[in-house]
Amino acid sequence: MTVAPEMLDPTRYESLGELLWDALLTFKTETALIEVDRKKETRRLTYLETKREVARVARWLADQGVGADDRVAMLLSNQSRWLICAAAAFHRGAVLVPLDYKLGADEQAALLAHAKPKVLVSEVGMLRRLEKKSLAVPTVLDVDAGWGALPEGDVEAPPRVARTRDDVATIVYSSGTGGVAKGCMLSHDAYLEQLRALMSRFPMHPGHRVFSILPTNHAIDFMVGFVGPFSAGATVIHQRTLRPEFLQPTMQAYGVTHMALVPLILAGFETSIKDSLLERPRWARRLVSVLGGLNELLTTKTPNPAVSRALLSPIHEAFGGELEVLFCGGAFVDRARADLFYRLGLPVVIGYGLTEACTVATVNDLSPFRGDSVGRPLDGVEIRIHAPGVDGVGEVWIRGRTLMRGYLDEPELTAEVITEDGWLKTGDLGWLDASHHLHLVGRSKNMIVTAGGKNVYPEDVEGAFEELEVEELAVFASGFLWPSSLTDEQLVAIVRPRRGNGTQAPSRDAVLAQLRAKNRRLPDHKRVGAVLFWDETFPRTASMKVKRAVLADALRGAPGKELVTL
Amino acid sequence: MSQDRVMERLLSLAAERFARSREDLKPEDDLFDALEIDSMQALSLLTALEESFSVEIPDYEVQDVRTFQELAEVVASRL
Repeated sequence: MTVAPEMLDPTRYESLGELLWDALLTFKTETALIEVDRKKETRRLTYLETKREVARVARWLADQGVGADDRVAMLLSNQSRWLICAAAAFHRGAVLVPLDYKLGADEQAALLAHAKPKVLVSEVGMLRRLEKKSLAVPTVLDVDAGWGALPEGDVEAPPRVARTRDDVATIVYSSGTGGVAKGCMLSHDAYLEQLRALMSRFPMHPGHRVFSILPTNHAIDFMVGFVGPFSAGATVIHQRTLRPEFLQPTMQAYGVTHMALVPLILAGFETSIKDSLLERPRWARRLVSVLGGLNELLTTKTPNPAVSRALLSPIHEAFGGELEVLFCGGAFVDRARADLFYRLGLPVVIGYGLTEACTVATVNDLSPFRGDSVGRPLDGVEIRIHAPGVDGVGEVWIRGRTLMRGYLDEPELTAEVITEDGWLKTGDLGWLDASHHLHLVGRSKNMIVTAGGKNVYPEDVEGAFEELEVEELAVFASGFLWPSSLTDEQLVAIVRPRRGNGTQAPSRDAVLAQLRAKNRRLPDHKRVGAVLFWDETFPRTASMKVKRAVLADALRGAPGKELVTL
Repeated sequence: MSQDRVMERLLSLAAERFARSREDLKPEDDLFDALEIDSMQALSLLTALEESFSVEIPDYEVQDVRTFQELAEVVASRL
């Protein structure tokens, strides 16, 4: 498959730096970047104006001695300068290290220490948070206070440092807040190949308006909210706050056509649709339902946003009336929710992927729409089910050019997840149906992916409950204990209460109250969702560590589990 | 504006918004515990603060905030 004619053809380029620079030259007068703060526009740049800013940063980076393979870390909330600085770093042949700005300052400092960047690009508030940590980054660019000090005016860009497809383009941390930091080294080839496969299925063109709301360090937004639109001359819109009350007004004001989001935001949109329907009289609600059915009938084989918009204009107008594609990934999408959006003609493209495999490995291509599956492998990606059981379920393995080169400084860990013949062991459980659609049912690794797209390892959460007045406590991922579906996967605390009465042995209600209080102090994604009271002693090793696999087997075999929701 | 006045207005706003008695809230309190709110509700409090103080505060600024005192410091630093 090839990309649309108006897009740059990724197969013609050797590196992201080369492609991005060519985009800045090609789409000159198109609008590249718009920035909104709350409800007012604060910045608007054409591709030509963007090139000028990229040249200033590239010149500054060159002055700092940044060249081939030097690392440039990004710790920035979503904004136009994220893209400008990243393009400049690629221009200089640097390796980009995009860090999650939503992590705590401790975690950010730990990842910076691991990545050892030559330059850190950040902003005033985040630098203030990091100030208390002893940072070993030699040079910092503060995009708020330091922008004015960059080389002025129409500076000539320093020469582009050539990179080959095999060179590392980014180091993206897939987790690593607890235990070993997993910095996935992704090559220029992985990105260019991913871009080709994705954009040949979901082409963009000048005039498209992409709303970038997921953190750009996130693999999905990096592709859908940066490299993709730039290679097509589309416009990327940033908003400085992502509070729900500010999202829809921006979608309406700019007629957003594309967006990448996570299931949590999709759920928020669903609530807003339902609320707006409830405000209508009953006949109007029935009409929407009939029109939804009609829309489904008319667009089953191929989505037709124009038909859907005409039929269901009030709902579409709430989102700006121009939406063409909502890319949803990062976590599992509830089937009923995907079906609802499809019925309403708001095409949700569900993908499945992991940082180790660049952005996405499988994607639901909407022809026809399948809400029950995470789609078929993208062009160039191989998927197989390793050691399937009688039900066909086994571990999902992925192979292709989009896989990472390995984890930074962790050859042994890399060898654990990538086989000698190049298969990535995902740790996810699934099966392939006759039409080669992938279905995910659970995980062979004890972890959850939250609706917000965050990987959480239960072991990292247990510490928060250490002072609980119970005999024993362990935290597990629900999809690891009871594989069936990954909808609403959550952390489950297994609690063995103390025996007896009185203050030494608090009641179950008292234990639950303690758990809830501890839970509130945790960031949302680390909270335990349910509790299972368990009366048997936990199996332990000689060094008193809980034997998780043995305990998990016992829990799986237990009849009639009674989960208490927190 | 002095930090005391920021704090006073913050506590009044929080009490009113989440139906608490103003006298029960102290600067050193954990605001999530005192108001029994989650982080999304805390962000709605932030929007209210922005309107009240005519200031804009990025979402990430409140990630590590636990107490009213810390929240007041964030607001004051942006005034």
